[in-house]
Amino acid sequence: MKTLRHTDAVIVGGGWTGLLMAKELTARTPLSVVVLERGASRRKGEYSASMDELDYYIRLRMMQDPSQETVTLRHSRDDRALPLRQHGAFLPGTGTGGAGEHWSGIAYRYLPDVFELLTRTREKYGVKRMPEDHSIEDWGVTYNELEPYYVRAERLMGISGRAGNLNGRAIAGGNPFEGPRSVDFPNPPTKIPYLAAMFRDAASSLGYHPYALPAATISQAYTNPDGIARPACTYCGYCERFGCMIGAKAQPSNTLLPLIARQKSVSLKNDCWVQKIVHKDGRARGVVYRDSKGAEFFQPADMVFLASWTLNNTRLLLLSQIGEAYDPATGRGSVGRNLTHQVAAPAVTGFFEKPLNRFMGAGSAGVAIADFDGDVFDHTGLPFLRGGTLYSVCYGFKPMTNFGVTPPSVKARWGPEWKRAALDWYDRTGRIQLYGEHLAYRGNFMDLDPVYKDAFGQPLLRLTLDWRDNERRMAEFLTAKAVEIARAMGARQTIPFAGLKHYDGTRYQGTHLQGGAIMGASPERSAVNTHMQSWRMPNLFVLGASAFPQNPSGNPTLTAVALTYRAADAIVERYVKRPQLL
Amino acid sequence: MRRREFLEISVSAVGGALIYSLDRRPTLLGAQTLRVPLRFFTASEAKIVAAAAARIFPSDDAGPGANEAGVVIYIDRQLAGPYGRDRWRYTQEPFEAGLPELGYQGRETPRQIYRAGLAKLAGFDALDAAAQDAALRAIELTPFFALLRTHTIEGMFCDPMHGGNAGMVGWQLIGFPGPSMSFDDEVEKYYGRAFRPKPQSLEQISGERVKPSEES
Ligand SMILES: Cc1cc2nc3c(=O)[nH]c(=O)nc-3n(C[C@H](O)[C@H](O)[C@H](O)COP(=O)(O)OP(=O)(O)OC[C@H]3O[C@@H](n4cnc5c(N)ncnc54)[C@H](O)[C@@H]3O)c2cc1C
Ligand code: SF4
Repeated sequence: MKTLRHTDAVIVGGGWTGLLMAKELTARTPLSVVVLERGASRRKGEYSASMDELDYYIRLRMMQDPSQETVTLRHSRDDRALPLRQHGAFLPGTGTGGAGEHWSGIAYRYLPDVFELLTRTREKYGVKRMPEDHSIEDWGVTYNELEPYYVRAERLMGISGRAGNLNGRAIAGGNPFEGPRSVDFPNPPTKIPYLAAMFRDAASSLGYHPYALPAATISQAYTNPDGIARPACTYCGYCERFGCMIGAKAQPSNTLLPLIARQKSVSLKNDCWVQKIVHKDGRARGVVYRDSKGAEFFQPADMVFLASWTLNNTRLLLLSQIGEAYDPATGRGSVGRNLTHQVAAPAVTGFFEKPLNRFMGAGSAGVAIADFDGDVFDHTGLPFLRGGTLYSVCYGFKPMTNFGVTPPSVKARWGPEWKRAALDWYDRTGRIQLYGEHLAYRGNFMDLDPVYKDAFGQPLLRLTLDWRDNERRMAEFLTAKAVEIARAMGARQTIPFAGLKHYDGTRYQGTHLQGGAIMGASPERSAVNTHMQSWRMPNLFVLGASAFPQNPSGNPTLTAVALTYRAADAIVERYVKRPQLL
Repeated sequence: MRRREFLEISVSAVGGALIYSLDRRPTLLGAQTLRVPLRFFTASEAKIVAAAAARIFPSDDAGPGANEAGVVIYIDRQLAGPYGRDRWRYTQEPFEAGLPELGYQGRETPRQIYRAGLAKLAGFDALDAAAQDAALRAIELTPFFALLRTHTIEGMFCDPMHGGNAGMVGWQLIGFPGPSMSFDDEVEKYYGRAFRPKPQSLEQISGERVKPSEES
């Protein structure tokens, strides 16, 4: 093993969280920084010829290669876990920019009460109404504390939208249920494709409060506070699972990489697969990585940052034996606990009268309602806690993956009758999605698989994950509301979501897995403090959604970025001077 | 190396536009027949696949189908490439049967699934349409048929660089414009009425020769 030259900080992973930390550290301190990214670099113009549904959407060219590394899955501790041999429910990214290159760009703030979920739910509903085996926790940070960092995250990306609550003042057209914003969005809402406009009008007619999705696919040309300029989105519809060919969608490669490239004190290295964190006497000493040929290197460092997303953050902590591995039998140990996956499903598929032109749109061009989110509605008589949003987003539907859906009245799945119906309905089929909260439970967790290994011979991560009745009932409730809206939109026939049964590793749900190294106010119940700093090892920081104690209904990235800003402030302003627990 | 096999397709069946999508290596035999070099299938397998795809997505008065789009060529190239040999699937031992929620756990690659499936359809291309439909109904619930159906749809609507959707017949059929740089002017204008620009392929809009994944 070759030992490399010492660096002040090493960052594992080059996505939103890792590159933002690299940018903040090098722009604001003299520290030397090395970013180790297992995937490939991004060339300029990389995405100009990438608009191919087969290679990007179906063969998943931008994602982690499952032949090298995947996870195993089981529903409970009594089951035998098997590897997910191909991608399904979620799509881990790889390469510079990580999943932030091919995300859709829906950039939610979380509801204020999400951050104090344990306290607020217990106060309002009492312990008895909470699911028996829940392991819900407060985050240790409040919405108000995080608000200024949300503002910075939104400005970084140029998020487009309309405030619904500006310093407590209600603004028409925004989300009236959101937490107060100190300033409006940096950009006005995106254009609204037809299906989403139908959703908006129908939702209004039913008395709900539709609003344009907060979007990183920006509505107008924008220069962010770092001086990075991006053009307006053109609604080409090649966002989700693609990189934006004109750079309109905020991606680490177009907002952070140009700044990092200018800094001499940071070096971003690709094809570096970090294997473990080396530590001694309660301090991280650096990391060991391999290149794809298998050569091994030790990168010594004073500070180590894990920014390798939920799954690998957890896996690297377990492989490095840092902190106590969670034991579901006793509830002890914090590493691996509170695994959650945002509840996401096509609530209803509707068959409409008029053509939708649904190839047009953008990953975050759409309309949502939050009338059934969190605790904003009356739960009296309802057999579940919390809720979710419903939305219609026109991300740009493509034919290889979408052709062939027919209304329930058509029974054939192939042949002339099916062909005729599928052609007839192809551009008149639209969906309403549901995105709900996933509470944390004692039985949903991560540990190392005893059988299956990655390409380097290291144990895969094992997910033990299943739904409980709270999610099943919530999804059923939201599905019924969605069907009602689809009818008001004029759907002639509908296919409602069949419901959550057991956690399904094959149905794409969204890459919003969280937990494993959760944050909190006490070292007994969390792995990191509210500055993402390991309780056990003060020179180790674990960034990203691995820190979220449970899964709110909104998509995670804006919050992960806001928390990274907050951690960077604490490090730059305090830790660098006195390297100790913040 | 195995002996080169060719699929002979009559040009009238595929339409003149096929020349464009197969521009990499087709040779024209006489005026009526195209000889397409096969990468994976034998000539007799290719005929069965073409015939089966044409029952799944027939050519009829609702428009062109799998024959005109060259679906069999798409499937042949996919199976010959990394997808066909499971280059991107986790294939470490042990293989064990599991719940459907854990996804396909089998050892067989798409190539092997096709080879075995096609062996059971020997003579299929010589049957009449009703007998072909009966033969397909008999295997409707097999993993082989599931792949065949998915691949037929894919071959109808892929970018022509992948060998299917010849002349963009599939895209024309559904009014899909292919990749396009901008719908900024149209996205809020065409509410409820069809916007159907002439389709363009990725190579046409980007002006670049794009290397598809099956050639990696
Ligand atoms: C198709 C898709 C659509 C999405 N849409 C949305 C959306 O609309 N809204 C939203 O909020 N979120 C969305 N997401 C999720 C969003 O992309 C992620 O939340 C976000 O990008 C995570 O950033 P990160 O820095 O935490 O991790 P990542 O972006 O995953 O970056 C982690 C990096 O670490 C690298 N890495 C991992 N392990 C190692 C190792 N051992 N050694 C070295 N490097 C390693 C990876 O290669 C990767 O580049 C979407 C995701 C996908 C896949
Ligand atoms: S829809 Fe907009 S943001 Fe998305 S890829 Fe196209 S131009 Fe970029």
